[in-house]
Amino acid sequence: MTDLLILGAGPAGMAAAIEGRRQGLSVLLLDENAAPGGQVHRNARADAKGPGDIQAHAGAALMAELAASGAECVYGATLWAIEPGPRAFYSVGGEARKVEARRIILAPGATERALPIPGWTLPGVMGVGAAQTLLKSAGLVPQGQVWIAGQGPLLWLYAAQALAKGGKIAGILDMSDPGALKRALWHLPCALRKPRYLMLGLAWMRAVRKAVPVHRGRDIQALGDGKLEAVVINGTRHQADTLLLHDGVVPNTQITRAIQGLEHSWNERQRAFQPVLDAYGNTNIPGIMVAGDSGGIGGAWAAALSGRIAALGAAQALGRFGEEQRDALAGPLMLRRGDELAPRGFLDTLFAPLPLPEAPATILCRCEEVTRATIEDAAQLGCLGVNQLKAFTRAGMGACQGRICHGLLHAAIAEARHVPPAEVEAMRTRFPTKPLTIGELAALAE
Amino acid sequence: MNRALIIGGGLHGLSTALHLARMGGWRVTVLERRHVGRHSSGVNAGGVRRLGRDMREVGLSVIAAEMWANLPKIVGDDGGFRPFGQIKLAESDADLPKLEARAAATRLRGWTHEEIIGRDEVLRLLPAVSPHVRGAMIVRDDGSANPMRTVMAFRRAAMEAGVEIIEGIAVRGLARRPSGTLVVETDRGPMEAERVANCAGAWASGLAAGIGEYLPTTPKASMMIVTERLPFFCLPTVGSAARALSFKQSEVGTVVIGGGHQGANDLVAETSSQNLMNLAKAARIAAEIFPIVAKARIIRSWTGIEARTPDEVPVIGESLVMPGLFHSFGYSGHGFQLCPAAGAAVAELMARGSTNMPVAELSPARFQQQKAAA
Repeated sequence: MTDLLILGAGPAGMAAAIEGRRQGLSVLLLDENAAPGGQVHRNARADAKGPGDIQAHAGAALMAELAASGAECVYGATLWAIEPGPRAFYSVGGEARKVEARRIILAPGATERALPIPGWTLPGVMGVGAAQTLLKSAGLVPQGQVWIAGQGPLLWLYAAQALAKGGKIAGILDMSDPGALKRALWHLPCALRKPRYLMLGLAWMRAVRKAVPVHRGRDIQALGDGKLEAVVINGTRHQADTLLLHDGVVPNTQITRAIQGLEHSWNERQRAFQPVLDAYGNTNIPGIMVAGDSGGIGGAWAAALSGRIAALGAAQALGRFGEEQRDALAGPLMLRRGDELAPRGFLDTLFAPLPLPEAPATILCRCEEVTRATIEDAAQLGCLGVNQLKAFTRAGMGACQGRICHGLLHAAIAEARHVPPAEVEAMRTRFPTKPLTIGELAALAE
Repeated sequence: MNRALIIGGGLHGLSTALHLARMGGWRVTVLERRHVGRHSSGVNAGGVRRLGRDMREVGLSVIAAEMWANLPKIVGDDGGFRPFGQIKLAESDADLPKLEARAAATRLRGWTHEEIIGRDEVLRLLPAVSPHVRGAMIVRDDGSANPMRTVMAFRRAAMEAGVEIIEGIAVRGLARRPSGTLVVETDRGPMEAERVANCAGAWASGLAAGIGEYLPTTPKASMMIVTERLPFFCLPTVGSAARALSFKQSEVGTVVIGGGHQGANDLVAETSSQNLMNLAKAARIAAEIFPIVAKARIIRSWTGIEARTPDEVPVIGESLVMPGLFHSFGYSGHGFQLCPAAGAAVAELMARGSTNMPVAELSPARFQQQKAAA
């Protein structure tokens, strides 16, 4: 049995592993990728120059500390289930394994919020996050006519990084609400406690605007026969080979929603569900903790701090020291985390999630090809929530198991019923939360 | 108009409501605590099976089979029913005589649906099956259906027949006025009716206990696995004589594996969850019988809560404690196929006080005798 099992080697998971080892805990760290870093610090050592370099330095430092920490790290490992105990199930290279842990810290990070414009299911249309993964891991910049549409800091960072790597961008559609700045200004004094994010964001934006024509508006459509051929922006048709969409990120709750009885709450500003956590990252389920963006979007620095704080909480729970010492060690980290979270109000207001597209024929569930109109019909027939919607429409039952669409379906049902989103139950997920084969599972049978 | 309240918006509640409304003269309301088909009705394995049933419910099952074949005429949709057979495999030489004895016993009672087939016929019907099989018992026109689609079809048909369905209403208890009118206490206040049906699934036994009626059930949460889409290799639904398995390939190519392997359930929280080591057993049996699925990716697994009686057949009949109250629950993991016929039987009992449907052996009275003996 290991003291501390950590899922995810992003900033939160790496920091939790380092702190856990520092406090004398045995640590097993699992990550799906071949190397640590997570999405934000993917290939951080190679990225230590150019846009995003400050983050890359922080990531490289964490990786070096992790390597020296004595934590057992298993890469290429996919965690697919957690049971009370706690006990975790994961697979490496096609072989399923079971591990008992005294504490589990889940740090699976964030996922991109889907931006379902008409035509978004055409090959050639993808998320900015996925494009950034290709850029960071393989140095790939998309070829041909590349368009980017949406809003949020990552959009500008990616554009800046792609340009710096020699990429060409035909145009950007900035879909943010011009009026949002006025509303966000109220949060600016608080955000200036940690001006770093704002300064970085403005720098990326300036660099990109010099090189790329930027349009404004929300009127966009992807066209093509079997693959993307053009984008129509504000009524004008442009040839396009790649369209990258982005509307911010949301907590990855695919695992926490599958744990029976684990409480989640609706974050109205970030328009997403997140697990209910105490200051140390404890959920209401004994032994299960959450750190980093999967507990609420806060960015890489806040994630690393919450990872350390969670590890201190775990060390205390496992008897390494008392509550007083835990609080004394974690107090300064919590203050720093508060500073890192200071700009969230400004950013979340400035980039409030985009409304669902009005066109009734827009597909919201890609796997089962369920449109907005079909969901509205289901609501008319008495469908109350996303979990029932499966019965009415099969939405959310395809290969992605709601990973991409659950937020869209949730928003669509709430709108169709004219109720606040918080009143609509989150989509339930079920283990295995990641695909594994029948043979892998069968090999576990005793 | 007489009033009837149906507690529970699962398939049995919906079917009972539908049949009662169609008799005329009844204003029927279904009370559902969450939403229609929330538990096992919407998430069961979808087996439409007479094969190997307990003799006490074969008669009802045979009637239900005729109704499944005519389901579009009854509810306007076939529920995804595909009559491609149900097969129970003999995996060893010891299994075969047991299956033969069973089929003979069924024939002795006048039913001819069960048939014994040899290894060659099994391999012809199931080209992908492991070569270790010895033979099988088969019902060629059994099959499988889509539970969610069936729930939605019964829901639609019930509403078209004039049934009112109230979702999000919780029943707290039952009472009977001296006049004979029944009162259903809900979280939205009391509701009155001449007849009430208890179709509350895993929670029905608790409701009966609330009026002092002893109808014991234990909750179960059978787990299911569904894989990615595979090329078509199996039309019938396949089980094993000696091992817990239900195996079928759906009309879109996904493989659904069940067999009664149990997850965990929580009646108070109204949730269930998987037990991965039990799920691994189901996967192992499936992969041993159909080696072709070992490499298939699991897309999802799930469970649903329902009630199992001590003798594994349902409770169908009028309450011995509260006249006017009719029970229909405890289907013990095989109630899906029975739902068209069971609903018709319960509706007749409610409206007329009697039925020609063969449900006498399923009466609640059997537990009264048991309680008296104990």
